Amino acid sequence: MIAFAARRALALVPTWLGISLLAFILSTASPGDPAEIILGRRQEEPPTPQQLDAFREQNGLDDPFVVQYARWVADAATGDLGTSYRSGDPVLGELTSRVPGTLQIVVPAVALAVVLALAVGVLSALRRNSFADHASRVGALVADSVPSFVLAYLLIIVFSVELGWLPVAGRGSVRHYVLPVTTLALAVTAGMMRLLRSSLLDVLGEDYMRTAKAMGLRWGTIHLRYALRNALIPMVTLAGITLASLATGAIIVETVFAWPGVGQYVIGSIFDHDYPVIQGFVVFTGTIFVLVNLAVDLAYHRLDPRVRPVSGGTGGR
Amino acid sequence: MAAELAGLDMATMVPDAASGSGPLPVVRPGVLRRLRRDRLAVAGAVLVGVFVLAAVFAPLLARHDPIEVAALDRLLPPSWDHPFGTDHLGRDTFSRIVFGARWSLGTAVVATTLVMVVGVVVGTVSGFYGGRLDAVIMRVVDVLLAFPRLVLYLAIVGTLGAGIENLFLALVIASWAEYARIVRGLVVSLKQRPFVRASLAVGARDLRLMVRHILPNVVAPVVVLASLQTGQTILALAALGFFGLGVEPPTPEWGTMINESRLFLQTEPGLMLWPGLAISLTVIGFNLLGDGLRDVLDPRLGRSKHDKS
Repeated sequence: MIAFAARRALALVPTWLGISLLAFILSTASPGDPAEIILGRRQEEPPTPQQLDAFREQNGLDDPFVVQYARWVADAATGDLGTSYRSGDPVLGELTSRVPGTLQIVVPAVALAVVLALAVGVLSALRRNSFADHASRVGALVADSVPSFVLAYLLIIVFSVELGWLPVAGRGSVRHYVLPVTTLALAVTAGMMRLLRSSLLDVLGEDYMRTAKAMGLRWGTIHLRYALRNALIPMVTLAGITLASLATGAIIVETVFAWPGVGQYVIGSIFDHDYPVIQGFVVFTGTIFVLVNLAVDLAYHRLDPRVRPVSGGTGGR
Repeated sequence: MAAELAGLDMATMVPDAASGSGPLPVVRPGVLRRLRRDRLAVAGAVLVGVFVLAAVFAPLLARHDPIEVAALDRLLPPSWDHPFGTDHLGRDTFSRIVFGARWSLGTAVVATTLVMVVGVVVGTVSGFYGGRLDAVIMRVVDVLLAFPRLVLYLAIVGTLGAGIENLFLALVIASWAEYARIVRGLVVSLKQRPFVRASLAVGARDLRLMVRHILPNVVAPVVVLASLQTGQTILALAALGFFGLGVEPPTPEWGTMINESRLFLQTEPGLMLWPGLAISLTVIGFNLLGDGLRDVLDPRLGRSKHDKS
């Protein structure tokens, strides 16, 4: 197990390096001279050429690309994602301090989505080609096509503006959670439901299901103990990845509902041209993704004995 | 909405196209006839058709200038002259939706084409030559596919600034990988097929092999992907417009229109509903059409996406 975990972790290092390279290229492409911006914010009068040169010398801004990248990666790997232009504080701290806010809506949303997907997906697979099956599949397609900000505004218009039941935005009482969580959950349910439906159909077609039936096991035992349990394995991946992608940015929902989280902070940074935050966010997201991928790989290893002799390499994303 | 929100892409969960066995998909005759029998696909084609016609004939359909400000006509309710009413600057919403089809749809089609060309070329070269180059390209593809799209779009457009060129750049950088992966898988298995080996044996040059023998065989899956991707691209453009990072106002782009109408959400919800409906219907159209095309052209590609029957 430990050897397996180490191997998977090593395989993810190039992915992380790739993401950090992308972020670094972006940082070199950002408009404006970092020396001028940072010095300009530190002092009243515009920086003199001598000051600029000294600052560049001191921070290695004149070094070759490769040297700068190497230093940047070394910093990033040790948790130094640079300093925000606006606040002057470390980017990593700015981001992590906002993660709890995001998680407050993301965790209930993913839980709700899993429950919804389970209910609809199981019904859809067991009553295949029934009206409910067709309806849920068309529903999933529509859910995939409506932008989440449109859905969010629709919910606001109906439940806040017209009915006046729920607050439009902000946070405070439990009622503030209802609309953001619902929007997020509906946005990710479709994908989960489709995955569950197709993996359940796959399992139902397996030989061991026929054997179980032939042996006279009860319907409930067959479908719940054997079918659903095996069909849930791919859901682990999707739920994990969904959690990660929402955790790093329920960006749209946070913007619509003025919810203080990572996404809203990053959007604010974009409008304030706070480039180190934007690039730090890319590395931050990449890191979380790499870690979640690793966690999912390890969970698979435990849940599904068939994948245990893993060959390593690029498979299994 | 899921894909753009979660930054997830279901297509990344699709098993590698090359891993299946059996004949490779090619465009066969009778495609249209079989597509016509799929009622949902027909509905999708009609939806897409309506918006394409709206885009093409926008100047004829719209009775008002979509950009001209008319201070006296602010926030009018729907009427014969203004079927969808007017916005906070007195502009006719119907005209803006119709001209918006040019921006939203037109930009998405151009972007999808760019992405497709880049992805197909890189995927073909990668699969055809293999080796180190292939390994490096596929690593890059892995990285891009693992990463939430919206974060990439925002990072690129947020760094380089809004504007149409940067939108295209962001879309190409964030989306080519998916085509490259599917095309590369197909090319790797095509390389083993007798007709390719035969023309290799008689000394055909690489470029000729790729263009004459390999490309025609990757058309079908690429068309399917492009149809589904056009919907995703419209969503991405709308999302960037919603954040105020898309095409500049007063351009009538649907996402940008929604962004402009945010201030009037409580008093004039209609301003938000029309562009929202336009985006949703167009994307539903492309998704239905793409699903139908996939069933007809290539039953193996991405079965896990929408159905399994």
